[in-house]
Amino acid sequence: MAASDSDSEDDFVTYGTPLEPLEEDEPLKKPIRLQDQTVKDEKGRFQRFHGAFTGGFSAGYFNTAGSKEGWAPSTFVSSRHQKAEKQIFKPEDFMDEEDLGEHGIAPKEIMTTDDFSSKAKDRIEEKARALAALSAPIPGATILEDLVAAAKISVGVQLLRKMGWKEGQGVGPRVKRKPQKQRPDTDMKFYGCPLPPESSDKSENEDDDDYAPENVTFAPKDIIPIDFTPKEGLHGLGYRGLDPKQALSGGLRRGHFNVFSVGSERTSSLLGDDKHRRNRKGGVLGQAFGVGALEEEDDDIYNTDSLSRYDTTLCEEEPGDGMYGWTAPQEYMKKKKGSDKDVSYVGKILEGFTLASIPAAPKKVYQPPELPRDYRPVHYFRPVLEAGSASDQVVQVLLASGGQMTQDSQQTGRHQMNAAQRRELLGETALQGPSSVFDLLSSKDKERIKELKQAAEEKQAAAAAAAAAAAAAAAAGRVSAQQGLSSRFQAPAVDEALSAWQNISVEAASAFKPFEKNPEKQGRYDEYITQLKQGRKDALESSMNQHMTEWERGRERDEFIRAAVLYKPNNSTLACRFTRGKHEEDADKVDVPRDQENDIDDKTAAVKMKMFGKLTRDSFEWHPDKLLCKRFNIPDPYPGSSSVGMPKVKRDKYSVFNFLTVPESTMPTAQGVKPELSAQSKPSTSENASKPSEPGRRSRWDVSAQEKEGKDPISQFLSLARNEAAAEKQGSPLTSNEPEPGQKEEPPIEEEEEESRPPMDLFKAIFACSSDDKSSSSEEDSEQEEEEQKKPEEDPGLRQTTEPPEEDPGLRQTTEPPVQETLPDTIQVTQPRTEDAPSTHSLKPSQDQRNNEEEFGPRLPPSIPTGQDRSLSVTPGSAVHEKHKKKCKEKHKAKKEHKHKKEKKQKKKHKKHKHKGKHKKKKVEESSSSTDDSDDSDMEDSLHGLSPGELLKRLKCLPLTKK
Amino acid sequence: MAFPEPQPRKQELPRKLLRSLDCKQGAVRAVRFNVDGNYCLTCGSDKSLKLWSPMRGTLLKTYSGHGYEVLDADGSCDNSHLTSCGSDKTVILWDVATGQVIRKLRGHAGKVNCVRFNEEATVILSGSIDTSVRCWDTRSRQRDPIQILDEAKDGVSSLRVSEHEILTGSVDGRVRRYDLRMGQLHSDFVDSPVTCVCFSKDGQCTLSSSLDSTLRLLDKDTGELLGEYKGHKNSRYKLECCLTEKDTHVVSCSEDGSVYYWDLVQGSLSLSVSVGKGVVQSLSFHPTEPRLLTASEGSIQLWGEESLVMEEEEGEGPA
Repeated sequence: MAASDSDSEDDFVTYGTPLEPLEEDEPLKKPIRLQDQTVKDEKGRFQRFHGAFTGGFSAGYFNTAGSKEGWAPSTFVSSRHQKAEKQIFKPEDFMDEEDLGEHGIAPKEIMTTDDFSSKAKDRIEEKARALAALSAPIPGATILEDLVAAAKISVGVQLLRKMGWKEGQGVGPRVKRKPQKQRPDTDMKFYGCPLPPESSDKSENEDDDDYAPENVTFAPKDIIPIDFTPKEGLHGLGYRGLDPKQALSGGLRRGHFNVFSVGSERTSSLLGDDKHRRNRKGGVLGQAFGVGALEEEDDDIYNTDSLSRYDTTLCEEEPGDGMYGWTAPQEYMKKKKGSDKDVSYVGKILEGFTLASIPAAPKKVYQPPELPRDYRPVHYFRPVLEAGSASDQVVQVLLASGGQMTQDSQQTGRHQMNAAQRRELLGETALQGPSSVFDLLSSKDKERIKELKQAAEEKQAAAAAAAAAAAAAAAAGRVSAQQGLSSRFQAPAVDEALSAWQNISVEAASAFKPFEKNPEKQGRYDEYITQLKQGRKDALESSMNQHMTEWERGRERDEFIRAAVLYKPNNSTLACRFTRGKHEEDADKVDVPRDQENDIDDKTAAVKMKMFGKLTRDSFEWHPDKLLCKRFNIPDPYPGSSSVGMPKVKRDKYSVFNFLTVPESTMPTAQGVKPELSAQSKPSTSENASKPSEPGRRSRWDVSAQEKEGKDPISQFLSLARNEAAAEKQGSPLTSNEPEPGQKEEPPIEEEEEESRPPMDLFKAIFACSSDDKSSSSEEDSEQEEEEQKKPEEDPGLRQTTEPPEEDPGLRQTTEPPVQETLPDTIQVTQPRTEDAPSTHSLKPSQDQRNNEEEFGPRLPPSIPTGQDRSLSVTPGSAVHEKHKKKCKEKHKAKKEHKHKKEKKQKKKHKKHKHKGKHKKKKVEESSSSTDDSDDSDMEDSLHGLSPGELLKRLKCLPLTKK
Repeated sequence: MAFPEPQPRKQELPRKLLRSLDCKQGAVRAVRFNVDGNYCLTCGSDKSLKLWSPMRGTLLKTYSGHGYEVLDADGSCDNSHLTSCGSDKTVILWDVATGQVIRKLRGHAGKVNCVRFNEEATVILSGSIDTSVRCWDTRSRQRDPIQILDEAKDGVSSLRVSEHEILTGSVDGRVRRYDLRMGQLHSDFVDSPVTCVCFSKDGQCTLSSSLDSTLRLLDKDTGELLGEYKGHKNSRYKLECCLTEKDTHVVSCSEDGSVYYWDLVQGSLSLSVSVGKGVVQSLSFHPTEPRLLTASEGSIQLWGEESLVMEEEEGEGPA
């Protein structure tokens, strides 16, 4: 039983794993229950299986997005300091590593896209499809599908096709091909059982029997020429480890003998299974057991040993056979030795070239020199000596020892040369600029200068001789000390200064004055420089003051030399390359218009002669703003220009002349110097004209009045009086009670200057303070204004300002007059008030605030004429007007009003003094209203009130012309 | 030549006083027809600007917002906006219908003498005694002017705008013409302070009045004197002048209370109409009809042809 059992055991073949032997004593192992059968992922975490149709394995934490701690949503926090950052989620954020893995839905691998992938890639798919086609009810269906399917050709293939490549061909130059015969070698060894040799061989050799004419070239075979495998490991180039096949093949012949060509194997593996398929035609196919649909087809392990795989000959193999694997080069080298070089291997040879029959001589490699035994690799620097400083012996020693020696300065580096030397070296021609100012002088001048120079030299020589004689004795004693001192500064510096200042043109000199603060010293320095220029070596000593101490002189010498070297003028060659900056960007400069409307005198004459046209017209370039052109629907006349307005040039900003308004140089303009103008036109005004400096600056608006008045004896008288007053004023500073007309005399020099507008800030400074307050004043304000305007009227001399009533009069006194000087006449303050006696009125304070304050141009006519009934005025604004225009008899009423307001203002006045104060105020008012616009009746009043001087007293007795 | 065609029949001048209106706004500093001549603006010394229908003699609207007396005004081409300027150094852009201040343009350093819209009312130009002409953009909210024409050496008293030119008259005795198209500034010297300038209707001449009691008609291109008109009195005040609607006559105010008409070609005084005792300070000629508005003291007067018959609706007759 037992034996039979053992026998029977031998006979049986066991499949599978045997169950564990059942032991009776042990309790039965419980089968693993279904709930205990767990699936773990690669990290050992459990995965629950939900079932194939309900989502597969569980994911996350119990199929939630949370964790064991729970799900913490990201809290939204956004504050001023910490803005919530914007999160952009990508699909990857919701994937785990499995999804990103090789088999996941988003593998992170670099893969060729379809465009670039070859067809060989989806071999499996093809196969599956082929199988499906076989089993399909209609066998050809999928084939048809393939045919119809959109062609997907990789880019490489497309390129190759463009180049003329056809499928099945190799890549490379076309070759001649000899018909290849494959003769089975009889000597061949067979391993294993030999297979019937007929079938596959024949099928292969059929192709080779084709007739190939001599002059026909063929495309190379479709092989991979050389396998450029990257070198790995530390082996030498070309080394391969022991090949078991080679080892097996034994040493039949010398060297290695390959039964199978290794290349073909590799080729086949690289090219895919094309060859295999071809080979598979004959012999036993290895598909007996079938191949799984998704399975890689196994190699035909049963069919590898066809005869065609054996190389029968070594040498007869065609060169283009493509066995260019790792063994190929050696084979070829051996094979083709002595015969023609294989061109195809090298590639296409250029036309007209052949491969060299004689190899190039190898480079001869020389041995490095042998070092002496006592060689020490340390460099020793030999001393460098100046030419002059070294003694002959030293030089010789140096030369002998190979040391260096600096040669003359001419041969030193370019930095030691000056521009002229370099120019000579480079062969450039000298620049054409005037090297000296003497070139520009006429011959006559030159002679004159020469004479002067001679005279000066003679004088100098005489003086020097005298000085030398006088100083001879003293000098003897000093010499030693001087030498001691002079040794303090280097001799080369003296020479340098000398050489620097020689050949310097006169104009370049004296540009810099280093000792400007000390004129004596500067004088000595200038002398020194001039002597340097003359090339005198003793320039320093001769320019020294003999009366100074040694120490002082030494120091001064030192300074002079240093200054001379430092402030050496540019070489003339250099100087003519540069020019002095014409437009300096300077904060002190200001833009002023380039073109000025000039020569008014000519124009005035032209106007007088009624020769309008060219004489009176000025035309300038003027650039409108781009936006202005746009608004006017006009193309920009100067498209490229960025400037606006008149072309500007720079000028000194703080020059007083910029603020002056007299436009003409020689000429009395219409504004400033009216008398001269009128003298031109009217001889009768000769008196006026005879006064060269008329003190008052008056507006142009006075023209006609002035001319008219020229005949008027009163006006002459008045202007005379005004001159006196102005002269008085000039002498003494302005006082508050002075009857100052507000017109300061212009210095006559100012008239020489060109007119230019003052900058805007000047206007601002004057006008800015009150502009805003005024503009929004309501009717109540107007009364207030009126009061305020009243107040300054009490100082009649100071009624000059255009605006600010808020300012207290004292301040105005001090600040304004200087401003006025610089004002253009646009801000001319005082105006001749009446047509018949403008000069008189200009002396008087302007009265009517409303009308007069800003009257710079032609006045506006009075709103209410003299004769008109005053009931016309209804609004408070006009009431104010009217008040000033009332006649004497009506004034009483007005005074009450005035008084009423005054009381508010003038707080110093007590109420108990009311009566008295009232009386005073009356007077003031009378005076203040005196210069009412075109109101002749006011004149009488003014006489009472105007305090200043005899001038106004005289006015009292003037006969007044009525309008 | 710049002269207009001679008229076949004698031009009828507005010599008949059609209406006189007391504006009740103090002195009337300026009176202006609007663009089509149906309305007029009066600038009062009581800070108000008033819109009238002069033919009917009705006050349509009062615009208040100026801080000082109003010196000049102009209406836009589409009658939707007004601009005015005054002694408060501001230029104001008004909405006609609502009477609201659209923009208050500050920047002038002195009182603003004259103000004009350009042809399309896209720019306001204002001339001031601060010697500058400022170009204000009405299309943007910018506070600063587009450009400042500060070539004048003295206050700018008068200003006109044509399609591509800006004509200014200044107290420095020059008439300046800024040609935007050519990018040039032409300055004509007339020696006497210019009180008023205007273009002729054909755009070939400029008329300027100056304080030497002379009006001069200058050729725009060459600056030559084409005509000189004298006889009136203008030596002190800023008086205005203009040309009639067909450029046949030159009209000017006078300080003797009259309006003077000269024949443009002959230069002879054709007519002088006495307006009142006071100075006639402002006038405006109807753009198409022979009508004239004058301002004297606190009232304005409308003048028409002899033949014209007015429909009387309300208001005062001739004073």
